[in-house]
Amino acid sequence: MEPGPYDIGLVEGSISTPEEAERIVQVRKECRFLVTIGACATSGGIQALKNWADVEEYKRIVYASPQYIDTLDTASPVAAFVLVDFELRGCPVNKYQLVEVITALIAGRRPQIATSPVCLECKRAGNVCVMVAEGTPCLGPITHAGCGALCPTYGRGCYSCFGPSESAAAEALCAHCEKTGTSKPTIVRMLRSFNGYLEPFKQVGDKYERQAVNN
Amino acid sequence: MKNKVLYTINKSELDKLIGILQRDGYRVVGPTVRDGAITYEEIESVRQLPIGWTDSHAPGRYRLNRRNDDQLFGFVVGPHSLKKFFFPPKQRLFGIKRDGESGYVFEARQPDPPRYAFLGVRACDLAAVGVQDRVFKQAMAEPYYAKARDDALFIAVNCTEPGGTCFCGSMGTGPRCTEGYDLALTELRTTFTVEVGTNKGRQLVEALEHETTDANTSHLVDLLMDNASEHMGRTLDTENLPEILLKNLSHEHWDEIAKRCMSCSNCTFACPTCFCSNVEDSTDLSGNHAERWRTWGSCFTLEFSYHTGGYSRSSPAARYRQWLTHKLANWHEQFETSGCVGCGRCITWCPVGIDITKEATTIANDVKRSRANQEAKRLEEVGS
Repeated sequence: MEPGPYDIGLVEGSISTPEEAERIVQVRKECRFLVTIGACATSGGIQALKNWADVEEYKRIVYASPQYIDTLDTASPVAAFVLVDFELRGCPVNKYQLVEVITALIAGRRPQIATSPVCLECKRAGNVCVMVAEGTPCLGPITHAGCGALCPTYGRGCYSCFGPSESAAAEALCAHCEKTGTSKPTIVRMLRSFNGYLEPFKQVGDKYERQAVNN
Repeated sequence: MKNKVLYTINKSELDKLIGILQRDGYRVVGPTVRDGAITYEEIESVRQLPIGWTDSHAPGRYRLNRRNDDQLFGFVVGPHSLKKFFFPPKQRLFGIKRDGESGYVFEARQPDPPRYAFLGVRACDLAAVGVQDRVFKQAMAEPYYAKARDDALFIAVNCTEPGGTCFCGSMGTGPRCTEGYDLALTELRTTFTVEVGTNKGRQLVEALEHETTDANTSHLVDLLMDNASEHMGRTLDTENLPEILLKNLSHEHWDEIAKRCMSCSNCTFACPTCFCSNVEDSTDLSGNHAERWRTWGSCFTLEFSYHTGGYSRSSPAARYRQWLTHKLANWHEQFETSGCVGCGRCITWCPVGIDITKEATTIANDVKRSRANQEAKRLEEVGS
């Protein structure tokens, strides 16, 4: 890294290795505003699935020479290690939202990034709700807006690339999905994708996993 | 209403009617099948109507089904009301450009709304337009809304088969259209009967092949309407409801609802009368251009109640209570009408099927029961 200081630092990716855990502290020191972008940097990303597994076992299975692999036991969001000024969600992020964050920081105002659920974008777009009209499980009601309701616009349920919305009612949505025929293991898989390690997805996913195992 | 003169037209006249409206410069909007639902879209001919389709409604569940006839309007209401045409979900209000060192240029002009002719509008949706008029025309004087609304033509269709979440009968808004239409049709097997609401409507009927409806058919229409009134999927007892709700803001049932409610805002956007919006100013990277946009907003978001010091409605229970009590109680004080027209959209299109009639009734019944118990106790004490 070229020595700073920088006005704005954009960080992608999770903290997965001891070296990254050290480097992020230095990055923080060099940047006036530290902005993390994307699901990996804001939630740990898909690689955070290892947080539920035995990393030593993974290393032995995946790598021919596991002794060369230097990794932490968990993949974590940057904000678990240093203070982050703004977290921009999404897998991938929305480029217009990225421009909005940078514009706002330059202008000295608050970025206009809604934290409400995808449903608001979906209804404003005039979409027919896939949950109600098709019975498709959809994470839209508990997912942070920003994608413009991309998947429901094409008739698919939301996968929560943007992670939990403000006051995400994961418990209520999952109870309804279960009542309408989605199995417990499927609910666990729905919650544990790009943003599975963020709350309340983690807690509710863990609860359903325990119940699935006990059944 | 039952004494109004009816005219009869053949179903084949409907294409002619659409042609006349187009010739008169109207953008004709009618129901059509799209993405597994019946939605309001711009149409050009009768062929685009949901011929032979019907819809089934339950809390959190909507399905299209085939009918065993070729009815054109054999369904209830789809996910969309007329709201989006008068109060667009996203609208640029103005732009500002930097001009020289210290000046600015405003671009405040909005494009004029299209002249809409709505075909197949239901009584509940007409009533909803009446409710929104009080908000956007009387309380706010919103120019875009007023222009779109005043230029619009309404060809309504009476509901003869209410749906599973309908309760217009309880709200006094249907199933028969009583006001706000230019023409109101009732669909029979091969004909429509037509009620004329305005001079514009009369001119349209006169341009079509029509005859005065005979007494038997007229009576049949009355029977169909009575039958529809008796077959509402839902009911809501509105007697004393505003007072009961507003005096029981701490009732435990609000917390019970909050366990199911996701605060996802779907009810507010599906509702034909909800009128809240967000206003956002944005700048571009150069800092030379700014815009102000208005988008549909919802009392279910945290941002909605944000002010200096935080959120005044941070719990989901407080947000659901705000929505329901505004709709069924405070609206009366604010706009001298209920905010609910009984269309049932908030019930059908709630992803988890929360039912406003059931929730309000649960609270009302509980309050009535405990009031009756208290009264009985009081009388007992007085007596002893």
